[in-house]
Parts: sequence; C-alpha cells; structure tokens
Amino acid sequence: MLHPASSWDWQPGERVVLDSTGCPAPHEWQEEPYVAPDGETFGAAVRLEDGLFTMCVNGVPWEASFDKLWHPRFGPDGRLIAIVQQDGEWTLAVNGEVWPETYAFMWTPLFSLDGAVIATAIQQDGRYGLCVDGTPWDTLYENANEFSLSRDGQASAAVVQTQSLAAADIAAFQRGVFSVAVNGQVWDKTFVNAWTPTFDAAGQRVAAQVRLSLYDYSIAVDGELWKQNYACVWEPRFNPASGAVVAPVRIAGSWGLAQDGQIIWEPVFAQCWQQDFSRDGKTIGAIVATGYGKFTVAVNAKPWSATFPVVTDLVLSADGKRAAALANEYNANWRVVVDGQAWNGLFDMAWKPVFSPDGLHVAAKVEKRNRQTVLLDGKPYKRDFEQVWEPSFSPDGAKVLIRARDGGKYLRIVAQATDF
Amino acid sequence: MGIKDRLIEDVGLREGVKRLTEDKIEQVVQTVLKGETGARLAAYSEICMRCGLCSEACHFYLSHDGDPSYSPVGKVQQTMAVLLKKKGRVSPDFIYGMAQIAYTECNLCRRCVHFCPVGIDTGYIMSTVRRICHKLGVTPQYIQDTAHSHSATFNQMWVKEDEWTDSLQWQEDEAREEFPGLRIPLDKEGADIYYSVIAPEPKFRTQLIYQAAAIMNAAGADWTMPSEPGWDNSDMCMFTGDFEMMGRLKRKHFESAQKLKVKRIVMGECGHAFRSVYDMGNRWVAWKMYPVPVIHSIEFFWELMKQGKIKLAKKYPGPVTVHDPCNVVRGRGHHEKLRELVRFLVDGPIIETASNREHNICCTAGGGVINCGPPFKNVRLDGSKAKAEELRATGVKTIVAPCHNCHGGLEDTVHRYKLDMHIKFLGDIIYECMEKPS
Ligand code: SF4
Ligand code: SF4
Repeated sequence: MLHPASSWDWQPGERVVLDSTGCPAPHEWQEEPYVAPDGETFGAAVRLEDGLFTMCVNGVPWEASFDKLWHPRFGPDGRLIAIVQQDGEWTLAVNGEVWPETYAFMWTPLFSLDGAVIATAIQQDGRYGLCVDGTPWDTLYENANEFSLSRDGQASAAVVQTQSLAAADIAAFQRGVFSVAVNGQVWDKTFVNAWTPTFDAAGQRVAAQVRLSLYDYSIAVDGELWKQNYACVWEPRFNPASGAVVAPVRIAGSWGLAQDGQIIWEPVFAQCWQQDFSRDGKTIGAIVATGYGKFTVAVNAKPWSATFPVVTDLVLSADGKRAAALANEYNANWRVVVDGQAWNGLFDMAWKPVFSPDGLHVAAKVEKRNRQTVLLDGKPYKRDFEQVWEPSFSPDGAKVLIRARDGGKYLRIVAQATDF
Repeated sequence: MGIKDRLIEDVGLREGVKRLTEDKIEQVVQTVLKGETGARLAAYSEICMRCGLCSEACHFYLSHDGDPSYSPVGKVQQTMAVLLKKKGRVSPDFIYGMAQIAYTECNLCRRCVHFCPVGIDTGYIMSTVRRICHKLGVTPQYIQDTAHSHSATFNQMWVKEDEWTDSLQWQEDEAREEFPGLRIPLDKEGADIYYSVIAPEPKFRTQLIYQAAAIMNAAGADWTMPSEPGWDNSDMCMFTGDFEMMGRLKRKHFESAQKLKVKRIVMGECGHAFRSVYDMGNRWVAWKMYPVPVIHSIEFFWELMKQGKIKLAKKYPGPVTVHDPCNVVRGRGHHEKLRELVRFLVDGPIIETASNREHNICCTAGGGVINCGPPFKNVRLDGSKAKAEELRATGVKTIVAPCHNCHGGLEDTVHRYKLDMHIKFLGDIIYECMEKPS
C-alpha cells in the first residue's frame, strides 16, 4: 500500500486542516465535500465562473477544468478521482491528471484494496465493459453491469449480454443471453440472468448468482454450476481461507446458507443475506430474519436474541469473535448493535461500524438532530459536528481518527479512549 | 359469453401453453396452492355467496353491458374456482383463457372489495392466478419482456446504466438554462430525499425529470438521485407473478437508498410502484413496512404546498376533474390530499366523476394490463367505456392523473372515445404555474 494507516499522523489532538472549507477561487457554487482516508485532504467540486468544473483540494483548484465533472471520491491510497467530460468525451481525472483514454461514457469507479488500481465501467460506440487504469477490455459487449474488481486489482469482472435481443423477444431471452466476463473474456455458458460476480481473495476465481430459467436459481463458479438449484439465491462469497463458496439459498419459502451446493445453515430464516467471514474463515455471520419483520444477525447459524424491523451493515471482527451491525425502525431510531446488544442511544442515522484491527473496540459515525459524531464502544466523542466522516482506527487500535467539518472549518482529530 | 369466445392470440400465452401437460399443470397448481396461499384463499372460496354484488364494481362488467363473465365473481368462477374444484387438473387450453382473464381483464384495482358484503378481494385471487400462470410459463409477451428487463437491468425498459445517468445530466443541463445553479445531485450521501422514478421517465418522458428538478430546486429541497441501478421503483414482476424477482427489485431499490443514507424516498407520479414498495415487494423480503419511508408525489407536493414551498405565478385554468389512481387512493388513502393540492393549483372547481375517491373507477391500464401491449389494447379500451362515460359527463377539458399507467391508459381512452380532454401530471401543472426566474 502506498500510504498505509501506519504512516498517517497519529499524534493525539485536534488540528485545523482548513480554516475555511470554501474554495478561495471565484466560483458559482461548491458541491458536497469528500476527504482523504488519512484526513489530510479535503476536496469538493466547484463550478467556476467560466462555467467549467474542477476540484478544489485544500483550497487549491486543480489546474485543469472540465465541461462536466461528477462522482468525486478519494481512493484508499488518498488519490482523488472524478469522472470528467471534455469536448463530449469522458475520462477519469486522478489528482487532476486525466487518463489518456476517453470514452463515450464512464461510471462506477472501483478501487483495488490498496487503491493502486482503478477500474471503471465504460461505454464506447454502444459497447460496454470495464477499463482498468484507463485500458479497456479487449472485448466489449452489447451491455454490461454488476461490475467487480479483485482485491489486488489484477482482475475485473462484469455481467455481460452476449448477443442482441430483438424487441420483446422473450424466447431468446429465456434461452439465456447473459454471462460473466472476466478480464473481458466471457464464460462458455450463458444464463437467463447473472448477478453479483465476486472474486476470491486471490483474484483467481469468480462466483456469481445465476438464473437458469425463470424459476431455477443457482451459483456458478468460474462458469461451472452448482449441482443444486434453488427457488432463489443471493450473493455468493468466497471463504477467505478455504476458498469455498457460500451463498444464501431459498428452499420451500425459507432461507439458509449453502456452501459449494451443500446446506450449512438450515433454511429456517425468513431472510438471509450479506454473509461475512472472519479472517480464518471459521466464523460466518449473516443478516437474517427469524420471522416476518424480525431481523437480526446470526453468527455460525445462531441468531442473536434481539430482533429489529430492519438490520443493515453487518461487520465481523477479523478474528470472528465479535460482530456489529446497525438496526432501525424503518429508517428511524437507528442503533448500533454489537454482539447482540444495542448500545445506548437512538439516532436519526448511523453508519457502518468499524472494528479496531485487534477486534477490541468498535467505532461508528452517528447523526442526531442534524449533528454528527463518532461513538467508541458506545460512548460519544466529547463534541459533535456538522459533519463527520466514518472513523478509522490506528493500527494498534488505541486511537480513532475523526475527520470533521464544523463552523466552516475542516478538522482532523486523533482521539483517544478518554476523549469519549 | 365466456373467455373461450374472446381469446386473443399472444405469442407468450401461445408458446407457454404448448409446453404444458395436465400433469405439469396439476403439480404447479398444487405447489402454489399448498405452499403459498394459506387461509385467505381458502376462506374466500368458502364464503363467496355468488350474490353478484361485486359485478357493479367492475368496469369490465359495466363496459360490457353487464356481461357476467366480466364480473369479479365471474372471473373467479372461470379461473381459481375451477382450479380448486379440479385440484389443478385442467387442460393447457384452459390455462390460456385463465391467463388472458387474469392478466388482461382484471386491473387488480380492488374496487370490488368495497362492493362485496364479505370483503372478498378478487384482485388478490387474480394475483394468485397470475402467480400460477407465471410458474407455468404462460404470460403475455409484452409484460413478460418488461419483467425480463427488470431482471437484467433493474429497470423496466432496458435502460442501460450510461443512458440513465446521461439522461439525468442532460436534463440538469437543460434545466440549468432556465434555473441558473440548478443541480440534480447524484449519489449525495445523507440527503433528505432520494427521488425515484420509473424507467419511462429517462426513456421518453424526460420532461418529468426536468420538472421534478425544477420543483426540488425551487423548494430548496436537499435531494439526490442515484447513478446506479435501484433508481427504478417500478415492478412489473409483481404483476406477472414473478415474486422472487419482485423481491430482488425491492431489495435493490431499498439498498440503493440505504447506501445513500437518505431520510426518505420520494417517488414520482406512479401508482403501481407504490403497491410494490409498501405492500407486496417489501413483504416478500420479510420487511413488514418499507425499510425506508416512501412518500408518493401527491403527498410530497401536498407537503410542499402546506409548507409554502410551492410559489405560484399563476393558477392553472380550471375546471378540472381528478382521476384517483387505485394504488395510492384505495391503497393508501391519498384522495383528500390530492384534492387539496389540486384546489391550490387550479383556478376553478374540481368536477368529480360520478365514482370518485376510494370508489374511483380504474383507468383500465393498471395492474400491468397496459403492459400486456398491443394485442390486448382493444380489450383494454373496450373495458374503459365506463370510465370514459364518467369522464365525458364531467364536461371538463383537463384530467389530473398522478400516475404513469393511468396517464397512458387515459390517453388511449380519451382518443378512443373522442373525449376532447387532456391529461396532466401534478408535476406538469406545478411546473407550468410556478414562479420562475424571469
Ligand atoms: S378489475 Fe378491479 S373491480 Fe374488476 S375484478 Fe379486477 S380488481 Fe375487481
Ligand atoms: S360480492 Fe363477494 S360474495 Fe358476492 S359474488 Fe362477489 S365476491 Fe362473491
């Protein structure tokens, strides 16, 4: 990783990075801000007085400006990207430098885990696929969606349409014209549908949900089908240690988990999705519903006793000993739930909890009455802000980085447990 | 008369029944009846007295001079009642007629529930018939194509991902000429409002996106639209009977909103999608209610009006009549809000159709009927005679119809019955009358 968390400034305390978050260059308007993972850089799209767009980064506009600009985001390594249009052609600007390749349209940028590789969806001459660091797949398709990049960025995949369909040709559709392309190469088999292609940890294998007829769902791994079909399936994921493929499956109206086509969690749930693994692959957690309207988390098939109308954003600690998720009542009264226990406090919104690398601590961003703050192990930071970004832990787990915007300033705070 | 006397050729139905045997039909019917229907269907079949009081409720019956084969009970007698009596052992030809009734002669409008002394919901029974037809692979071609589009693109009109975002950016550009500084903020995390539409908007009704942006802008709303799939709230899979796909669509839609951390979803002027988000789709997923509140445009505009956030430069010249979309009126009770809003927007009275509010007659397009396409257009329009007569009797020129399907259906009805009326979305009127920069 070019810029790992271990190299960030972890000196405890509060630092004002920007006295004013407004772009000093003359502009018509400024859009939503984004900040780098290390908290050192603050960027926002601005429309300049000449009608062109650029990014203003820590108060300095990029040299280049563009006819259109959207989707500004910081990558994991701190590079700032934006999708930009110049003379009717789209490309990606990375820290203000554009890729030499341009396309008729570009969207959905994807980063490798360390941020070194960036892929985006592209359309050129009515053909669809991905480009990786600007270079398009050799083969583009009639349509492509459900884009995916491996952790190391060396492989990319998408669901692709392998042949044209005449208008309302339902027979051709049901014969199957969709498949998965990996690095632009399509699998041999086609399906009625394919969704959510996903890579294994090494980026060597791909698993996807497939529909074989209008009624039979299964999982395909590198183009090979599981032997079993199901009434429905959700996203498969690879066990990071064993390489086995695990997916939620629906049998006789209930959901469980199957691994390589064998049931590992009995189908007893009204819902089951977003399964996640511990690093050693021995623990599996998933969001489940134990009944109609009763959502919770199950760890190794055992559901927590507390249930909620809605549960989202499950995360397991790396060692698998702990799990955290968010619960809410139809988008109100959000709670952070850790190991089956809801923390004190109801919020207007909460964001995905984050475990410290050692799994001992949990932090989460929350919002109440339009003010935001960070909770550590259930306790709020000593003050709140107009906006905070999601927290991250120092490698030793002892400190929390809070990136915050308040009163026109942008702050970078390294907080310790005593600050909460 | 019965369905046998009025069969219409449709390649989806025809090819579907060719693949069937009586054994296959029996097995599928039994599986659905045993596995998916439970007490409600059993109760309905036991308590129906065949009194026929529901007949007067159904516009198909009214439009066909009281032909009992178009009455709710008549349709049940030709479909589900036979399946139950014969325990699913029926012929492929029977399935053809059954599918035609369920998909093209019932709008699932639920008007008949109000007329039935024991509250039988024929719409539910017809939905179950459709579920069986889906499982048998006997569905009309055009609506099935729409369901295919949903499955492949997560929208109902094969709109590709670049086409979607490009349409939004194009509308933003256009609207910015008229409203300097206007934005359609894409993927804005934490926005108050996630604005969702259905695929005909980017495909051929882009002015609706333009108008929505203009209204949001004028109201100072904190809003966003998603750039990725999930933006289409519609759901023809609910109407073909592909409930697995219905659940997948709703998961995508709501996860898209959850990912953006919005407070609520405001949906454009669509009726059926509302049924999917708060009644059928959410429930298949095991959510009791929608996981993110969904506010229909009627309610949203009403709210803006109450808060003084719609400033009118003029009023729309009345009188007008109001068409109540079944899914947001019978389904959700928005009829008085709709009228309050129309009174605020229009100079002149609302001339009600004889049947109105929760007793409104369906536009005859709903429930996926219009989506069954050209083969069934005449049937649909024959069925809308009762609606046309009520509309004509109002004597007005403008119909306010806050629903895409109703809009499409009523346009055809106006044309067929030479009504000399035009149809407006609420957004059309608000946009036309709002204060704009000079
Ligand atoms: S169209 Fe409406 S009134 Fe007629 S049977 Fe169907 S649900 Fe009942
Ligand atoms: S009104 Fe009710 S009970 Fe009477 S025939 Fe119709 S559905 Fe049956």
